[in-house]
Amino acid sequence: MTRHTGRGFAAINYPIGMNLGGDPSQALVHSNPDGKFTVALSAIDLGQGMKSVTRQIAAETLGVPIADVYVDTADSDTGPHDMGSFASRGTHRMGNAVIEASLEARSVMLEAAAEELEVDAGDLVTDGQGNIHVRGAPSRSITTMAAAQAAQFKQGRTIAGRGIFLVPLSDVDPETGEMSPVTTFAHAALVVEVTVDDETGEVEVVDIQSAYEVGRALNPGLVEQQLRGGAWMGMSHAAWETTEPYYPARDHGPVDFNHYVMPGPGDLATHHISVLERPAEDGPYGGKGPGEMCANPVLPAVVNAVYDAVGVRIDALPVTPEKVLRGLQANGGARPRQAL
Amino acid sequence: MSAQSGKNGFELRKDLFADERDDNLNEIGKRIRRQDIEGHVTGRSPFYDDHLFDGLLHIRCVRSPHHHARIRRIDTSRAAGMDGVVRIVTGADVPVNLNTLLSLLDFGLDDEPVLSHAKVAYKGEPVAAVIAATEAQARAAAQAVQVDWEVLPHVLDVEEALKPGAPTVNETYPANAFVYHGKYDHQKLRYGDVDRALAEADHVVEGRYEMSPIEQAPIETCGAIAAQEQNGRYVCYTGTQALFFSLGTASKVLNLPSSRLHFIGGTVGGGFGGKVDSIHEPLAILGTMLTGRPCKSQWDREEEMQVGAPRGAERWYVTDGVMKDGRITARKFTGYFDSGAYTRLSSYAIIKGVGHLPGPYTIPNVYADVYCVYTNRTPATAMRGFGITGVDFAIEAHMDKVAERVGMNPVDLRILNAYRDGDMKAHRRVAKNCALVECCQVAAEKAGVRLSPDPLAATSMTGGGGPRGALPAHTATDENGRVEGFSSGSYAQKDGVSVQPVAASKAPAMATGQRAPGGGSTPPQGVSAPSPAPPAPVPSQPAAKKPARSGAMRFSSLSGFRRR
Repeated sequence: MTRHTGRGFAAINYPIGMNLGGDPSQALVHSNPDGKFTVALSAIDLGQGMKSVTRQIAAETLGVPIADVYVDTADSDTGPHDMGSFASRGTHRMGNAVIEASLEARSVMLEAAAEELEVDAGDLVTDGQGNIHVRGAPSRSITTMAAAQAAQFKQGRTIAGRGIFLVPLSDVDPETGEMSPVTTFAHAALVVEVTVDDETGEVEVVDIQSAYEVGRALNPGLVEQQLRGGAWMGMSHAAWETTEPYYPARDHGPVDFNHYVMPGPGDLATHHISVLERPAEDGPYGGKGPGEMCANPVLPAVVNAVYDAVGVRIDALPVTPEKVLRGLQANGGARPRQAL
Repeated sequence: MSAQSGKNGFELRKDLFADERDDNLNEIGKRIRRQDIEGHVTGRSPFYDDHLFDGLLHIRCVRSPHHHARIRRIDTSRAAGMDGVVRIVTGADVPVNLNTLLSLLDFGLDDEPVLSHAKVAYKGEPVAAVIAATEAQARAAAQAVQVDWEVLPHVLDVEEALKPGAPTVNETYPANAFVYHGKYDHQKLRYGDVDRALAEADHVVEGRYEMSPIEQAPIETCGAIAAQEQNGRYVCYTGTQALFFSLGTASKVLNLPSSRLHFIGGTVGGGFGGKVDSIHEPLAILGTMLTGRPCKSQWDREEEMQVGAPRGAERWYVTDGVMKDGRITARKFTGYFDSGAYTRLSSYAIIKGVGHLPGPYTIPNVYADVYCVYTNRTPATAMRGFGITGVDFAIEAHMDKVAERVGMNPVDLRILNAYRDGDMKAHRRVAKNCALVECCQVAAEKAGVRLSPDPLAATSMTGGGGPRGALPAHTATDENGRVEGFSSGSYAQKDGVSVQPVAASKAPAMATGQRAPGGGSTPPQGVSAPSPAPPAPVPSQPAAKKPARSGAMRFSSLSGFRRR
């Protein structure tokens, strides 16, 4: 037996935000009298970091420290309408709604500060550390807490804001498919390296060199977690997973994780990730949303790498040892190419 | 071989597109700890399944063992007398027992019962729900429910399902295909003249690609727990990834105004698209309405894998016309999304997929026919990359074949054909904010793949627009796949009553015992439902009125799908 090495390439783009539009998200932001802000949403944190990224967006926009913002989400009595976290719409739609709500709350906070400092609100800036001061004159300042206290107890102002982000619904032409699917696209390209065992038909993904363009990495840690996990999911889709191994027949469907097999720690490919940032015009701080697209390029790159390794084209996923062996048999053995 | 084998790496390429960004921000762009991480790592974050009320009842469904069968009779008498059984729910107890998820987005006809009462169209379809004091008692009683089945012929392959004479899977769409715009049995994309361009190409490269169904595989299986709140309201703790999708769906099928529903969720043990379908919330709330006690509905792992909707299978045929220098001049697709027995979200994913064609390349002639096909299998639903993952697999596996045919480095081929700022896309909008070229260059450089000089010097900001930004002078159109008898809107009428589609032109003769779409005896049937054994507090019967369209949950108009 021989283990053959091969490399495969794939490149993709991915539509960001609810396809065709027409499905806005809402956000509410308000401050306690001590200047601590609550962001109320109905978005779902699936583990992707919805609460964390909207918290950063709110803090950045309000001009207050991250510790002064708490995101409360998914209680339908308090959170305004949001259909949910899907279709790469979380960061894009909700992020923009949070910006709008935060801008409104910020403007009231600055008005309250201006009244206390006896200056024009338009001359005020925030330092992101909990202070509001006159532009170019840091000594003429007030804390965000003092401004919030004054708003509540002296001035009778509500430091609060409402936000909604709507991309109007697009028509779809029945005859030509003309439409405005989304407003921005993320991108990716990668080279996958595999080994193929020509006796057992087993394929191992050993290395991934990737480039993902995400608009802006709003939180590089959350982006990395998405890309690393998503690429793992991609290699799993390529070479491990299906609920119907003999599709379209329904036989041999797995019912537990002993039979629905996914790559474990020993099967992980090393993955070197490069993140590119070309901000989207209407993304929150340019962000596009990396979560959904990251698995996609891995699937075709794996089958292309298998072909490079042994000369067998697998056009039906997943790549199973059985399919590889049948392909080798049809070809009269491995035909290593190593062309890439 | 690999530049960095043996370890993971992560870098931000701040040198690229630097003049398009302001990197001096306070919180954005920083690796800030997750707000909820402490709760997660200490095991204290509350998930829906942590809300185990005193007296909680458990719901288990009775499921079809057949791919396709008529229900002659459901006999619950023996099961109802078993230990711990509080109530057995059937379709007659569901106030509005016909729904399609996307009715909340005004897209598609109601086609799926909550609990089927006339026939089943996939193995595992629920026909009754047992509510019992313990999960074991509910399981035992579900086994004891007797269903008299009349097994029907079934179809599992997408192309077989579209042939004349195939069994009708879903009576709402008798020809086994979703009807787009009330007009066609597929969604079209027509841009330029593909047949002419194929005839003039130096090479024609063909391929057939397929992806089997895939499970979202969340660690936390789908479920919900409901209980009575004060003042006639119901609280529902849920693992949904779509709070108002689930609330709106429950509101519709239970005929309850949204003001009587209090949904709490937000922290979910993995979703990946599998927690949009809103199966459990209506069942758990209905159980609470009928018994007056807290109820839990939750899949076990087997149900999650075989009854819970997977990423659906897709089959794609791709034909490219290519010139000797590697320029792709034509790309033609025929695509089949395997929706399973009901629509769920597949019809919509196809629109998304069609808008995505021909992938991130500028190709002057593009054609696609994409079908949403009903087969006798578990309905498909969303999963990470929905509508795109399958066709991206097809496109990029195909690009490898094209590269081989013309003898080019596959990365060079991608960059040569890559879309650039200012190019016209096949969905007839101008491309902007492109970055495919740079991604290709960075990946190739890291992997040590040598590029030719032109691709190495290319950028997304240059080389596009001009003639590449113009619409084709001529686009070949056609009326293939024309369907008669559907209203031009392809959505239920405004009063909430489903449109009754007549058989489409290529529909096979319907099976014996033809019924109205989705079962003629749909809403409402709750009136005659027997009262549950009376535990205090007195349960409220689900209202059995014709559903009002709760306008707040829906768009008033979606001109894309309801042309007027």
